[in-house]
Amino acid sequence: MALSGLEIYKLLPASSKNPAVKAHGNCKECGFPTCLAFAMKLAAKQTELSACPYVEDESKAKLEASAAPPIRLITLSGAGQKLEVGNELVLFRHEKTFYHPAGLFVRVKDTQPDAAEVAKKVAGYAVDYVGMTLTLNGIAVEAAGGNFGATVSAVKAACPFPLILMAEEPAKAEAGLKAAQGTRPLLWAATANNWQAMAKLAAQYKVPLVVRGNGDLDSLATVAEQVKGAGVEDIVLDPGLRDFKGSLAAATQLRRLALKKNERKVGYPLIAFAGNDPVLAGQHIAKYGSFVVLDRFNPADIYPLLVLRANIFTDPQKPIQVQPGIYEINKPKPGDPLMVTTNFSITYFAVANEVESSGLPGWLLVADAEGMSVLTAWAAGKFDADRIAKSVKTTGIMDKISHKRIIIPGHVAVLLGELEEQLPGWEINVGPREAVDLPNYLKLQWG
Amino acid sequence: MPVLEIPKEKWSGKVREITLGATQAQGGSRSRTVAVGGETTLPFLHFEGANPHPPVIAIEVQDRQPSDWSSILIDAWQGASKDVESWAKAAEAAGADLMVLRFTAHGQLTPDYARKTLRRVLKTTGLPVIVFGTGQADLDNDILVAVAEEGKGERLVLGVCEEKNYRTIVAAALAHGHLVNARTAMDVNLAKQLNILISDMGLSLDRIVMDPTTGALGYGMEYGYSVMERLRIAALQGDSMTQQPMLVTPGEEAWRTKEARAGDGVPQAWGDWAERAVNWEVLTASSLIESGADIVVLRHPQSAKRLHAMINALTG
Repeated sequence: MALSGLEIYKLLPASSKNPAVKAHGNCKECGFPTCLAFAMKLAAKQTELSACPYVEDESKAKLEASAAPPIRLITLSGAGQKLEVGNELVLFRHEKTFYHPAGLFVRVKDTQPDAAEVAKKVAGYAVDYVGMTLTLNGIAVEAAGGNFGATVSAVKAACPFPLILMAEEPAKAEAGLKAAQGTRPLLWAATANNWQAMAKLAAQYKVPLVVRGNGDLDSLATVAEQVKGAGVEDIVLDPGLRDFKGSLAAATQLRRLALKKNERKVGYPLIAFAGNDPVLAGQHIAKYGSFVVLDRFNPADIYPLLVLRANIFTDPQKPIQVQPGIYEINKPKPGDPLMVTTNFSITYFAVANEVESSGLPGWLLVADAEGMSVLTAWAAGKFDADRIAKSVKTTGIMDKISHKRIIIPGHVAVLLGELEEQLPGWEINVGPREAVDLPNYLKLQWG
Repeated sequence: MPVLEIPKEKWSGKVREITLGATQAQGGSRSRTVAVGGETTLPFLHFEGANPHPPVIAIEVQDRQPSDWSSILIDAWQGASKDVESWAKAAEAAGADLMVLRFTAHGQLTPDYARKTLRRVLKTTGLPVIVFGTGQADLDNDILVAVAEEGKGERLVLGVCEEKNYRTIVAAALAHGHLVNARTAMDVNLAKQLNILISDMGLSLDRIVMDPTTGALGYGMEYGYSVMERLRIAALQGDSMTQQPMLVTPGEEAWRTKEARAGDGVPQAWGDWAERAVNWEVLTASSLIESGADIVVLRHPQSAKRLHAMINALTG
């Protein structure tokens, strides 16, 4: 939370209680006539604190802390894959947007024989969603009594993604850190009982460190402060709750503390564990988890969770759109069907994917409906007979096809009459309402 | 001395409490009524408010066996979906808190048929009933008026009530003591406006359920999700035209998707068909429960089970 001009002024030399510093008040060396003027410029981010040669160290620290993001940005890296989470500014996506999609990890134990195999599957998993390729973000390796260092090595070799090293015994943790060298893993976890040794390791290996609590946020904050005092600034918080109710409350309270109270003690992203429950993982993705850990690699769970993440982290003010124009599907010839739809990404891909996977050739005319779906655009007057006719007349589609038949989406069947008037000589066909019914429709009507 | 000062919101408003169904003593024939709403804070934040009525699960049955449903869904009902009575029975056995009876457009659909079908459902189940029309305005006006008369006293919820057709349905609700499901296209102001229009006709606000329109996961879900969060925040801040409990239809939306309907010719990364299909409904529903849904209309019995578990975990 930024300080106001007046609050900044109280930290500058003219306000200092130290006479030697106060003597420099209003010296003009920063380029501004008074400390107050400088303070106002700082508040407006129109100058840098470094312009003042006399600001005291304590004031400097306070000013820097307030300028720092309320929730720290944490970066992990694998052998060429990076993950950045944190630096969120709002409680609700509609207030602005959520900026850094939660990292989704799969956990393996050092006692499971297929750890490297799972790691390989995680590395290779990719799925398309509205033209974007969605992937997982890494593997969490847990020290459960096996050979932790060897498992970390094997996982690292099988998967170039970032790691989360889960060990609360410093000796184990170090074995894992050694095996993970060359990457920047997240180390889980420092607790009230082991934080000195864990902080030392985190500082030595230059990795971010999870501070784990046991449900109580006060003790969590206290240990986080102690870890920070030991020189580790890249901290991630684990409130230590594994249930729906408690974890929702803790995550909400922590985010409110960071954003509304500018509580620096807990100004860090969260890690949350979902076990085998994709519903719990869904809650963590929507409600403030930055690292979400699943206990198994199951595509039937992972695909919907990756889509959920994409949905929640979409900028509400920038609905994904495709370029209006002519799209050719399966190498269409002039006699092949012409369909029209809107340029909202989900709409476009729903239609295009259906036709594409059917193998049937077709021309898809994408009208500019300002990125809205068929029904939304129609209701808003952005997808009507005028716009469809305009699209037909101005895109040059008439030069590409040998017929004058156009298929309109079933949901705008009401446009039939008006469109016939706007496109004289054209046959307007009303297609199905759902894209999934298009292949059947095309076979029957154009066969 | 606590280290942290946990921020607790002090909300000035709350969500209205609405009761569905009526028992014999109240003029109906339901074995119990179901109350929703009453929240005094955001979903499930028990440290700063109350959640007197947890979200409830409604299972949708149709007046006859659907011809275009995913085979995963039909198989799940193990033949019960062939007949509305066996289906209603199976839905209740699957743990539904409410029954949704949806009429579909076909040759036999007449007001008389609708009356008879409603009568059969009311006889088979003691749960409060929500009735949805076909989605075709001209048909629905007749059907819902007939249903409203036939179900007089039962405190049914009549749907779907939209800006283009609400007058007839609201009049029927007024005449026969029912509630309405007021649906608007994912817009806070449109939702408020429809509530105003309906209550201006004389239907009290404790008989209006808000339906902000549901998009399936991956197909627009987040639009509804954010509208719901905004509506709920407005309600808690005291805006009385947003204080209605909310109804969502993840069953209908999720089972329309390719993810639910297609088992062949889909990427391997999509995983097992049946698991993925149910997950699609469950994750759509669970996200909307997190954003404030009070009534969740589902189609698969497994989804009902999993979402009840989630709701219990959040409110227990």
